[in-house]
Amino acid sequence: MKAKHQRLTLALLALGAVVVAGLLALSALKDQAAFFYAPSDVRRDGLPLGRAVRLGGMVEGGSVQRATDGITVHFVVTDGQATTPVVFAGIVPDLFREKSGVVAEGQFRPNGSFVASNLLAKHDEKYMPPEMAGKMHETKSLEPDAKQ
Amino acid sequence: MIAEAGLAALWFAGALAALQLVMAAIGIARGRDDVAAAVRPVAIVQGLLALLAMALLIELFLDSDMSVKLVVENSHSAKPWLYKFAGAWGNHEGSMLLWVTILGLAGGAVAIFERSLPERTLTATLGAQATIALGFYAFLLFSSNPFARLNPAAPDGLGLNPLLQDPGLAFHPPTLYTGYVGLSVAFSFAVGALVTRDVGPAFAKAMRPWVLIAWIFLTLGITAGSYWAYYELGWGGWWFWDPVENASLMPWLAATALLHSVTVLATRDGLRAWTIMLAVVAFSMSMIGTFLVRSGILTSVHAFAVDPERGAFILALLAIYIGGALALFAARIGTVRAGTTFDPVSREGGLVANNLLLSVILGIVLIGTLYPIVAASFGVQLSVGPPFFNKAAGPIALLLVAVMAVGPLLRWRRDDAKAVLGRVMLPIGATVVAAIALLFVWPGVLPWAGLSLAAGLAVASVAPLWKRNLRRTPLFTYGMVIAHLGIAVSLAGMASDSAFTKETLVAVRAGEPARVGPYTVTLDGISPVIGENWSALEARLTATRGSSASILRPQLRFFANPPTSTNESAILTVLDGQLYTVLGQPDGQGRWQLRLWWKPFVTLIWFGGVLIALGGALSLLGRVRRERRTAMRTHWA
Repeated sequence: MKAKHQRLTLALLALGAVVVAGLLALSALKDQAAFFYAPSDVRRDGLPLGRAVRLGGMVEGGSVQRATDGITVHFVVTDGQATTPVVFAGIVPDLFREKSGVVAEGQFRPNGSFVASNLLAKHDEKYMPPEMAGKMHETKSLEPDAKQ
Repeated sequence: MIAEAGLAALWFAGALAALQLVMAAIGIARGRDDVAAAVRPVAIVQGLLALLAMALLIELFLDSDMSVKLVVENSHSAKPWLYKFAGAWGNHEGSMLLWVTILGLAGGAVAIFERSLPERTLTATLGAQATIALGFYAFLLFSSNPFARLNPAAPDGLGLNPLLQDPGLAFHPPTLYTGYVGLSVAFSFAVGALVTRDVGPAFAKAMRPWVLIAWIFLTLGITAGSYWAYYELGWGGWWFWDPVENASLMPWLAATALLHSVTVLATRDGLRAWTIMLAVVAFSMSMIGTFLVRSGILTSVHAFAVDPERGAFILALLAIYIGGALALFAARIGTVRAGTTFDPVSREGGLVANNLLLSVILGIVLIGTLYPIVAASFGVQLSVGPPFFNKAAGPIALLLVAVMAVGPLLRWRRDDAKAVLGRVMLPIGATVVAAIALLFVWPGVLPWAGLSLAAGLAVASVAPLWKRNLRRTPLFTYGMVIAHLGIAVSLAGMASDSAFTKETLVAVRAGEPARVGPYTVTLDGISPVIGENWSALEARLTATRGSSASILRPQLRFFANPPTSTNESAILTVLDGQLYTVLGQPDGQGRWQLRLWWKPFVTLIWFGGVLIALGGALSLLGRVRRERRTAMRTHWA
């Protein structure tokens, strides 16, 4: 094998690797494209049953209720057009407040409610998942409130 | 006055970077060796001036100078001094200044220590360094001045996010940036070699220590970042496939590939064009990582609307540097002669397989990270989460582990397939034994494959030491062995944690026990605690296992500025895993939420990370010592 041929082979292999990566990613993304839901998406696209998804929106004011076991929390997520009742067993993150953004990871139940296994917290000095910012409001709960 | 002095130092440093670029260009284009000779000292002074600016900014933070806008926005006079110190880079402007400081110092270090490269190539390399630095100086001076004053001065600052008030995190950015910058130096070497048509083993040997340094620091940074997320966020998870994490993982993947291909170039003079290309890709990943974290694009989908200038600036820098490098690559690659050839079954062949698989993983992570951002710009909201990355990248990563086990057992240039089979019998045996043993405690498909492969890799990675004189084995061979062993250890930890973790979530009164894994945890009581700038409710937990008992004290912490609370986990580390406890909210009727995890062998994840970095450090030491010796020999010959 000549050096030139070897180089060509390597270049083709590299190109192949890039294509493979792209195809793999795209095929996996097809399932993931609908990984993030807002309550009104559910109304439009139906329920994604049997797989883990993220539900994002705002915690509706006055909707947070704590169950008697001391662990379970019920609340309602809204995006201004539709609402989804959510049940979560666990320790809610510090950023979890009524009328502020939330992203819940978990599964939908056939009755349209959502069982959350995780509520997302923030990661960096001013970072939160983009969904948290929501489409309709500016989440400012992370910023130190100048008026306090 | 300090702020003005800092700004002046920054201007001078920027001016010197411009001078450095012009002098390098004149020296190379006109063949003026007298001009080129002055590039080294200029590079050194430029680095020192950047360091001075950084030191002055730290001074402003330590003084809590509330007439400086940056200090007001990101600090508070009541903060512990360590976080005032580290707060200097816990923000956009300061972290960019840190970036350029490390960049300048690295350029200075190249100017002082690099003696083996031809002078022309070194001059071109320092010119390329100056070009990168110039972009960052311009960015600081024209769009994010860290020394901007606030008039009138504020009474006090807004404080630093409590989540960041952690000693480990204080030194996380410098570690990662050292990694990023090391790759920028490797990139400059590649550009320098292209400019002077000098792509060969000499250039690879000069570049290798910098790739190693970058890789060691990125490894440490990712390991520390993962551990921080694990104990600070209180979810018991160690990797979230979050864009911020991916921003550091992508350069690491590229650096790992580059590290292996530069070895082929240095020892066998093969993979010339490929190595240059990878150096460009690795630096691009550093820039993309910086861009992702620092542009604010991750903060909110409207980031560009809020502050389009910064994101656009970094994006423009990215386009200029990468576009320029690729144009140079395209123009010059024809003149780079193909290196020596090799058989598919050979050490080089294994390294090519390693590079291809790493590239595929890198591509998947890159697409998964950027896809939501691109979609968001079209007004589509979506998020790509762990299921995607695990599904797409997981199997490829396991395949890479298999290649990694076989690769070091291959000979350079050509090897006999039959002989190779004989050599890998033992690792394959270990894998099969582990796979069969695990059938009795079925952990799930991916963990099962992970644990079995980890066993095989552990055996395979120490195999290169088999039947060798251990005292005469070079340090970098030890480095390779330990780093590969580290991967096996990490993999075992990851698989074990995802398969065998036990979790309990309860609300208990004082004296009530809860069970998790082999432990019984009892809440003894809750008491208030006062810290330096926080107050907390602290639970006292007694964890018993058989006859041994330990006390854990998880806290619910409250910070006054900014007003937030954090769950400080308490972790008990024992030989076979960690007991991880988090105190939650009271329910108002005397009960407290407790979240308890038993995580068998989870510590192996970070122990493996430390081993990987240690392997890199040994390799670096071995290389540097050998270079020194050859330099001495040629000097006395």
